Order: sequence, then structure tokens, then C-alpha cells
Amino acid sequence: MEQVIVNGAISGMNYALMALGLTLIFAIMGVLNFAHGQMYVLGGFVMYFVYTVLGLGHVAGFAASIVTLVIVGLIFERFFFRHALRMAAREESTMLLAAGTALLLESLILVAFGEKQRGMPPMVSGVYKLFGVYIPAGRAAVFLIALVAVVAFILFMQHTKPGRALRAIAQDKEVSALQGVNIERYSALGFALGAGLAGIAGALLVSLLAVNSGLGTSVSIKAFIMVMLGGAGVVSGAIIGAFILGFAEALGYAYIPGSTTYLLIFAALILFLVIRPQGIIGKPWG
Amino acid sequence: MRAPSERAGRTRLGAWLLVGVLGASAGMLPSYAFAQEKVLRIGQLGVMSGPAASWGLINKYTAQAHINLINEDGGFEIDGEKYRLELVSVDDKNDPRVAIAGAERLVHQEGIKYIIGPNVDETSRAIIPVLADGDAFNVSYGWQRELFSPPSENTALGMIAGYQSAPLIYKYLRDERGVKTIACLPRNDTSGLNSRDNCVAAAEQLGLEILSSDSTYEPGTTDYFPVVGRVVEQNPDLLVLSGVTPSDAPLLIRAARELGYEGLMATETAMDAKIFSEVAGDLANGFISVGGASAPEIRTDYMQRFIDEYEKVAGEWNDEAGTKVYALEMILQTIKQAGAKAIDDVAAFKAVVPEVDALNPFISEESIKLGWIGDSDFQQKRQIRVPMVVTEFQNPDFKTLFIDTVE
Repeated sequence: MEQVIVNGAISGMNYALMALGLTLIFAIMGVLNFAHGQMYVLGGFVMYFVYTVLGLGHVAGFAASIVTLVIVGLIFERFFFRHALRMAAREESTMLLAAGTALLLESLILVAFGEKQRGMPPMVSGVYKLFGVYIPAGRAAVFLIALVAVVAFILFMQHTKPGRALRAIAQDKEVSALQGVNIERYSALGFALGAGLAGIAGALLVSLLAVNSGLGTSVSIKAFIMVMLGGAGVVSGAIIGAFILGFAEALGYAYIPGSTTYLLIFAALILFLVIRPQGIIGKPWG
Repeated sequence: MRAPSERAGRTRLGAWLLVGVLGASAGMLPSYAFAQEKVLRIGQLGVMSGPAASWGLINKYTAQAHINLINEDGGFEIDGEKYRLELVSVDDKNDPRVAIAGAERLVHQEGIKYIIGPNVDETSRAIIPVLADGDAFNVSYGWQRELFSPPSENTALGMIAGYQSAPLIYKYLRDERGVKTIACLPRNDTSGLNSRDNCVAAAEQLGLEILSSDSTYEPGTTDYFPVVGRVVEQNPDLLVLSGVTPSDAPLLIRAARELGYEGLMATETAMDAKIFSEVAGDLANGFISVGGASAPEIRTDYMQRFIDEYEKVAGEWNDEAGTKVYALEMILQTIKQAGAKAIDDVAAFKAVVPEVDALNPFISEESIKLGWIGDSDFQQKRQIRVPMVVTEFQNPDFKTLFIDTVE
């Protein structure tokens, strides 16, 4: 049981990093970024390329991943979503656009990086055994770095001017505009930040989970589950949803045989959303 | 004096006429140059996008690299005439409906009679009616027996199926490594679960105790730590990753080893040494899988040429290509035996299938010839005879454990 709890905690922290970017973009722009998983994958590939192919080390890899995804996020927001949000009469238009960007990014990744799975050795090698629980050193390192990244993001959102502006837009875009917040500039920042978070997650987790060009969709689905569980557009909700999913997976795989784990997770999610569609701490819509 | 607009108009007309003449000349030149050359077109249908993209892309790169070598050597000779080979590839996205559309395009629009692929049971099954209707033949990488057994006549298996390799691998491990208990861990899809069933059947046949066979993992799983924990707790002598993909295997291996598992691990399919080395490193040492003709101990100079050409086509070598290199060679050797009429007449191709017995240009074991087998598993010869090279990973390469054949 102790191993299960540790597995759940580690998975939860990994998932929290995956989910934050998605919930941020949804909060700011009301857009479900279907390309979130593909951005995660791109972050992983950039890290692999910088670390393994160019031999430049983890720090350079992280920097390159973040810069790449920030640029992708800015391009997507400026040239795709800004125009669509301005012109579209229906929400479905931006959803379709988001799905299109996912396919575009996935195809570009396949062309640029090929079809093979890519991975890296753990950042720290070795396995700790504490009270009968195995904790690989690489996982422990990723857990700590992810924790620092999540805390840094929360502090940024709470205590900096751009962070307060982003929260204001998430709460009420029209009032924020009336208060003098430059919506276009901060929307671009929000999208870039969300993409950057996906890139950090990919860069960090490539040493644990590896990446391939087709991984994006399953990562997006998991991120959606976490965000919907916790409350779409709420940062703390995404974190709660991530840990719920992490522990549910760990317990399910440990105690429920076969493919029933994810069947039960999806069934529970559907039931939960029927009862509480806004998620655990999301606000009711409408 | 002509008005400026009139001069401009004549200039434009002249320019278009020049373009037209040049274009017609260019169009004629290739036609004239290759008017005497015969072309044999081969189709390739497989998954080349999404999570399983590597399976279809390897088929494509393998076929293209082999075609490049043959064309470089002057073409393939049939009835005394040289044929230049061309490959037409279609992505089926691992979707049966897209596979049907792709097969219809290859067979009815492109007029192709011989297809390499698809890669899995579902897509292979989906195109059987298209092949029958269009009188075409394919070499599939699905495993289900029904695909290759009557009444299906136009589909052959291009590799060794898990239910063929598993008994031989487990027997070797039982006899040589003292394996007594086994766990089978499959991916939760049709191919994975079929492989699990094969694992269980082979284990029962050999008298091995099955400690676990009901744990599965979803396609697209990224974190295998929770998945493997329950199985590793049982501490089997042998943990079989049933139907595992080359991309998932090193992650599963790493998770198992990091959870303290020290037993043997194996699978019945081909893996990729580079991915193993990058993702699992020394933790993957001892992993047993099925290799191909690329093992250094058995490859010929021609196989080395093929590897070099493959690296040019694909950017880097992939060990799985060593198991898929036979399909095109078998199609060509069978057409050669049947004669040029088999290029358009699959009945003529099928008629000589029992007679094909050619030297294998890829491996140095001369006793293992190229031919068609399958009477015992499929009641007809609808499988390419390929050597079963069982390998063990020793970072960074696969080492040959033993070589066997399936008849």
C-alpha cells in the first residue's frame, strides 16, 4: 500500500504540471487547447534534441523547450485564436480551430523529429528504498522540480502584476478591459505561459516517460480529465484534479485487474460531472 | 508604332508560348528516356501517423531502401527483362475504414497487385474483401490465424507470429534458465490481448505456472510505474510483455527494474536497440526479444548494404527493419518464378507459391532459404519463411541467443 501511495503522489505531481497550462489557457481565453498534449510532446523532443543530440545538458534543454513553446504559443494566439475569437459567432469554431492546431503540430513534430520514441536517462540515477518503498532517484528529482515549478507558477499568479492581470481576465474579461487591462497583450501572455508550462512538463518528464510523435492526444485527454475534475479555468482545481487522477490510477492498477481501471475512472468522471458539472472547485457556468 | 499595351500583350503571349514549348519538351524527354524501361509498382499500406507510426514507417523505409538497391543494381530481372521498381505508399492511420480506402486506391486506382502491409489484425482483416475483389495479394503483419487461413487466400504473414515464437522462447528459457513461473502483461487492445492469450497457451503447454495474466495497460499510457507494480509483486521467473510496442518496452522494463524486479523479461516481437539504450540503458540488459537479419553474426554483405541504404532513407537504422526486409524479396522472387504474367495475374503468383525455394540474400545461414510456409498453422502456405533470431539485449546492442525456424 505504501508503494501505491508513493506512486500516486509522484504521478499526481507529474500530472499537475501537465494540467496547469491547459487550465490557464482555458481561464484566459475560454479555449480548450486541444494542442496541449502536442505542446507537451514538442517540449520533450526539444529537450531530447538539445540534451542527447547536441550534448548541451539539462539546463540548456529546459531553456530551449520553454523558449520554443512560448514562441509556438504566441504564434498560435496571434495568428490563429485572436482572429477566430474576434470573428466567430459560435464557440464551436474555436474548438474546431484548436483541434486543427493539434493536428498541425502533431504532423510538424512527426516531420521534424521522426516516428521513433525518444527518451533520456534519468536526471539522477539510482533507486532509494525507504520503509519497503522503492523511490527511483530520477522520479524523486522530477517530483521536486515539478513542485518548485508549480509553486513558482502560483506565486507568479498571486503576487506579480501580470499574474494579477491574468487572474482578473479569467474572472471577468469585460470588467478587466474597462479597468485598463490590455486584453490582447495579456491573452498572448497567458497563451504563451500555458504553452510554456506544457513545454516544461514535456522537458521534465521525457526522462521518465519518453515521447513519441503520437503521444499528444492521450496526454491531452488526461489533462482534460484533470481540468474537468478540478474545475475548468481554476489553477488549484487542476492541481487537485491531477492528484485525484494520479491516486486513482495508482490504486486502480494495484487493486483492480485488467482494463477496468480506466473504465471506472471514466465512469466516475461522467457521474461526477453530471452531479457537479463545474468540477470540485470550479464556479457554476452561466 | 505599336501601342504599349499591344507590345505588352505580344510579349506575354511570347512568354507563354516559350513556357509551353519548354514544358512540352521537358514532358517528352522523360517519356522518351524511359519509354523502353519496364516498371513494376509495389504498394505499401500501413500506419504512418499516430502512436503506432513507427510500424508502418519502418515498412515504408524498408521497402524503399530495398527498392533503391535493386534499381541501383539495374532493376529486377523477370523473364530476361529488367524492371525498375516503384513504391506507392498509403497511410492507413491504423483505422480499418482508412485502410479500406487506401487499399481501394492502391488496387483500383493505381492498378497495384502486390501490397506490403497493413500492420495489425484489424486493418488487415478490413482489406481482405478489397484484395479479393481486385485480385491483389498482400503481406500482412497482423497475426490472427483467420487472416491467412482459407477461405482467405490473398493474404500472407510476413513475420513470425507470437503464437509461433512464444513456445520456442519459453521452452529455451525453461530448459536453459530454469524458468518455472511466468506473468503475461499485455496492452489493452486486440493485438495485445491476443498476444496475452498466446502467452498463456504457450505457458500451459510447457507446464509453466502462470502467476498473472489479467493485468493490462491502456494504449498511450505514459507512466508504467503503477501498471507494473502489481505484476512485479508476484515475482515471476519470467515477465512477458505480450505484444509490446518498441516504444513502450523500455519504459516497462525500467519501471519493473526500478521496483526491484530481478527476474527475466521477454517479448515475442522485434525491438529497437537504440530506444532501449536511450530510455532504459543497462536496466534493459538481459531482455529477450525476436530479432531479424541485422544481427551482426548472421548478416551478409548485402544486408549491410541494405542497412546503409536504410540509414540514408530513414535517417537512422531501426532493428525492426531487419524483420521486415523479407516481404518485398519474397514477392519479387515469387513473381520471378511464376514469370512476367504474375505481375498482373495473382492466380499465377499463387500457383507457384509452394515451389519457391530461394537463397536468402540477407543472412549467411544458407540452410535457411526463402520460401512460403504455413501448412500447419494456416492449412495453406501463406507465411514467409523467415529465420527466428532470438536475441538478448546487452547495452547498446542485441546479441543473438539462438536461431530457429518455424515451419
